Amino acid sequence: MRRRDHAHLSDEALVALVARSDETALAELYDRIGGIAYGLAYRVLRDESLAEDAVQEAFLGLWRTAASFIPERAKASTWLLTLVHRRAVDLVRREQRRRAEPLEDAPESLTESAEDDAWLRLERERVQGALAQLPDQQREAIELAYYGGFTQSELAERLGQPLGTIKSRMFAGLARLRELLDDEAERASWTFTT
Amino acid sequence: MDVHDLTAGYALDALDPAERERYELHVASCDRCREELHDFWQVAGSLGRAAGGPMPPPSLRARILAQARHERPNVVPLRRRFAIPVFSSAAAVAAVAAIALGLWATSLSNELDEANRERAVLSDPDARTFETANGEASLVVTPTGEAALVVRKLAPAPEGKDYEIWVFEGETPRRAGLFEEPGIAVLARRVDPGQKVAVTLETDGGVDAPTGAPLFTTTSA
Repeated sequence: MRRRDHAHLSDEALVALVARSDETALAELYDRIGGIAYGLAYRVLRDESLAEDAVQEAFLGLWRTAASFIPERAKASTWLLTLVHRRAVDLVRREQRRRAEPLEDAPESLTESAEDDAWLRLERERVQGALAQLPDQQREAIELAYYGGFTQSELAERLGQPLGTIKSRMFAGLARLRELLDDEAERASWTFTT
Repeated sequence: MDVHDLTAGYALDALDPAERERYELHVASCDRCREELHDFWQVAGSLGRAAGGPMPPPSLRARILAQARHERPNVVPLRRRFAIPVFSSAAAVAAVAAIALGLWATSLSNELDEANRERAVLSDPDARTFETANGEASLVVTPTGEAALVVRKLAPAPEGKDYEIWVFEGETPRRAGLFEEPGIAVLARRVDPGQKVAVTLETDGGVDAPTGAPLFTTTSA
């Protein structure tokens, strides 16, 4: 069993410790976020070894630059997932990997270990629920971009639409998603405190 | 389409390289986009947590920790390698550098953080320094390619003009940041061994390709 000295700390506190080169804090962050990060990288890259590369580079990016993280503005896990996603799409484009249809790979393909995490399952249901409320074309643009790693120009070509249309769909979809997720969060906290 | 409208595409990492660069230069000076980008990054984070996918192999954890131990780049030694003249630094350059390096734009407009980044580059004991022909500037490059330009001999840019830094990919100059006066500018691009770095005088806000001859150049090799 690993020592969990930092188990009681928030993610953001762990990042502050990582900024001071605390390896155990980095390990604890990996234990908390590494699985989600790898799942995201794998979904984009469809390749185990490339997904590992993306996660490794993101965590090492965190190790190098943790001092620049400002916790008031974002969750540490969001920051890390941003790094992972950027690496993953850069790799997918560099490798010219164009895996099967990203939309066919719904998150049903979960492992037991991820399914065990009740919080994660709820979070996924929440996001899936919000995505399902988007108009089809907006959802398609967001899913192909984020999970498929397609650029807006690639999507314009693939979907036979003007680039401006794709940009508008993506913007409108993401703005709507933000509202839906905010509403959800408010409802959830209201329920909780009542 | 307006550059403001690229925020969603940027948050989803769906811009083409040229547009990504254009947006990064823009967001450094646009409060509205920066606020929106933070919101959209939260949404993207939710999409990320909902991605599903398999669990990583146990070996990945050990490899990351071993590599981190090996690197320890964030332990910044206090001794300086050379005397650095103290100049003011342009916040805009700071912002662009932070975001373009894939860091986190929360550090945008945070000058203290920028000072940390400058210090991290300039005090890296393994960083190498390359001088321009007439000593106008020194280019400091860390082993990971983070770079800062220490500009000494240069008049402040005239009204309506900015100095623009370029990093050459082969024959193609790529935008790497702006500054207005001598000082320390952290580059918005990594500099690989052998790459040429140049500075030109351009109209305020910079341009997509240099319009005049370089004022000075240096090569990181």
